[in-house]
Amino acid sequence: MLRLREISSMELTRAHLDRIEQVEGSVRAFVTVTEDEAMREAEHVDQLRREGAKLGPLAGIPIAIKDVLCTKGIVTTCSSRMLEHFKPPFDATVIKKLRAAHAIMLGKTNMDEFAMGSSTENSAFFPTRNPWDLERVPGGSSGGSAAAVAAGEAMASLGSDTGGSVRQPGALTNTVALKPTYGRVSRFGLIAFASSLDQIGPFTRNAQDAALMMQTISGHDPLDSTAMNETVPDYAAALTGDIKGMRIGVPKEYFVEGIEPGVRASVDAAIKQFEALGAEIGECSLPHTKYGIAAYYIIAPAECSANLARYDGVRYGFSARDTSGDIIAAMSETREQGFGAEVKRRIMLGTYALSSGYYDAYYLKAEKVRTLIKQDFDAAFGRFDALICPTTPGVAFKLGAKTADPYTMYLNDVFTIPANLAGICGVSFPGEFSEGLPVGVQLLGPAFGEPTLLRLVDAFQRVTDYHTRMPEVATKRKSAARKRR
Amino acid sequence: MSIDRETVDHVALLARLALTEKERERLREQMSSLLEHINLIAEADTSQVPATAHVLPLSNVMAEDKVVPSMPTADLLANAPAREETYFRVQAVLDEE
Repeated sequence: MLRLREISSMELTRAHLDRIEQVEGSVRAFVTVTEDEAMREAEHVDQLRREGAKLGPLAGIPIAIKDVLCTKGIVTTCSSRMLEHFKPPFDATVIKKLRAAHAIMLGKTNMDEFAMGSSTENSAFFPTRNPWDLERVPGGSSGGSAAAVAAGEAMASLGSDTGGSVRQPGALTNTVALKPTYGRVSRFGLIAFASSLDQIGPFTRNAQDAALMMQTISGHDPLDSTAMNETVPDYAAALTGDIKGMRIGVPKEYFVEGIEPGVRASVDAAIKQFEALGAEIGECSLPHTKYGIAAYYIIAPAECSANLARYDGVRYGFSARDTSGDIIAAMSETREQGFGAEVKRRIMLGTYALSSGYYDAYYLKAEKVRTLIKQDFDAAFGRFDALICPTTPGVAFKLGAKTADPYTMYLNDVFTIPANLAGICGVSFPGEFSEGLPVGVQLLGPAFGEPTLLRLVDAFQRVTDYHTRMPEVATKRKSAARKRR
Repeated sequence: MSIDRETVDHVALLARLALTEKERERLREQMSSLLEHINLIAEADTSQVPATAHVLPLSNVMAEDKVVPSMPTADLLANAPAREETYFRVQAVLDEE
C-alpha cells in the first residue's frame, strides 16, 4: 500500500502513534515513545518516495525496539534504574540497518530488567500487560516488544533471546517470534546479558514479515566478531508454500508432564496440519533435555555476573559515589541501589558458580553438559529438517502468579533454553488457542536453518488463521510511556 | 545443598553488592534452593566430552589493522556521573599513607 501510494508513511506512522495513545494506558508496552523523530522520519520517507527513490520493503514501516538496544541520543534504559538516564553515543548495528532500510522507529519497549525474567514484571518501571488479557503477563523478557505487535501498536519489533526471551513472549501474545542462529545477527550495541547465548530476533504477525526483518538485520559485522561471515540467503524466496517431503521430528522429551492440555492439543493439531501439508513426521529423542535448565542457570548467571561488572558508577549509569570515601563501598552501593532483585540474584548465583572452589563443579560441568545438549541436536538434525514442540508449558499466566519462587518462573523457559545452549535457531508461531488465549508452537532448526523454519511457518499460515486474530484491547486514554527525554 | 551466611557475605563482596541484612538472608535461602535444582547436572555423564564455551566454529577473528576515527571525547564523557576536563573522575583507589 505504501508503494502504491494508497497510504503515506506519515499516515501509517500517525495511525500507530494514535493506537499507542489509545491502548498504552492499559498495555504499557513502551518505556519511551519517540513520536517527533518517528513523524520526521516518516516525512522523509514520503519525500523519498515522491522523488522516485528505490526503497526497500521496510521503508516507512513503524517498528518498536526493545530497550536493550542502543539508540544514539535516545535514552536506552534496559528497564533498569542503573541506565534510567543513559543516552548511548552510538546506534546498535541492527538499528543502523533498520534506519538504512528507512524503517520508522516508534519507541523503546519495556522488558525485564537487563533481559532477566519471563514476565516483564522485573522491569524497574512498571509491568507490561498482555493485550489478550490485561490481568496476565505478556511473557518476557521482551514482553513490551511482543505486546506492542500484538496490540497493533507496531507492525514489527525487535527483542533479544538469551533463554527464550523472544519466543516465550511471542507464544503468549500470538505473534511470530524468531530467535536466529547464534552468529546470524550482529549484537554490537545490544546491552550484554550472557554473551555466549544472547541473540537479537524479530516479532511479527506472520512469516513473511519475519523474512523481511531477517533480511534487513542479518549478516556479518566487523564490530561484532561473533557475527559470522556467512551468506545471507533470500528469506522471502524460501516461502514457497511447498513443504512436501520435509522431515519434522517430534522430540519426546518435550512432551512430558507439566504441559497444559490445551497447549498439548494445539501442538498436536499443528503436527497434523504439517502432515496434511505433506511433511514427514517422526519421533526423536534429545536425551539430555532435562539438564537444560540447570546448565543454563549456571552459564547465564556466570556470564551475567561478568558482563554486569561494568556498572561501577564511574563511566556511565547510576552512581552513588558520594556516599563514602571508600571506592569499594561506593561501587557496592551504586550496584545495590541500581539493580533490582532478580538481577542481583543472578549476579550472586553467577559469582558463586565462578568463585574459587566451585568453578569445576558448576561452570565447567555446565559447559560440558552444554556439549551433550548440542550433540543431541546434531544427531536429531541428521535425520530431520526441523523439530516441533511447544514453546512454553502453559498459556499466559496472571501477574504475580510466579514471582514468589524464582525456580517456578525459570521453568517457563524449559523448552526454549536448549536452543540457546546449542546456538541453533527457533521460532514460535501462533497455533490453535486454548481457552481464548494464544498458544505458541515452536519449530527448532539447525544452525542457519532460518529459511526452513520460515517456510514451514508460512505454509502453516497459508491454511490457518490463528495469526490473523487480534485482541480487543480495552482502551484507556492515558499514555504511560514517557515522551522522549 | 545449603549455603551458609558466610558464603553469601563473601560472594556479595566479590560481586560488589552492598546487600541489606534482609536481602542476604533471602538470598541465602533462594540460592540454596536454586542450587538444589541446579545440582541435577552432577548426575550427567560428561566424562567423554569437552566443554563448550561458545558454539561458533570460529577462533581468533582478526580485523584489519586500519586507523579509523574514534568517537568524540565529549560524546563518550556525556554520560559520566563526574568528570574533570577530558577525564572520568574517580575516587581515590590507593590509600594516602
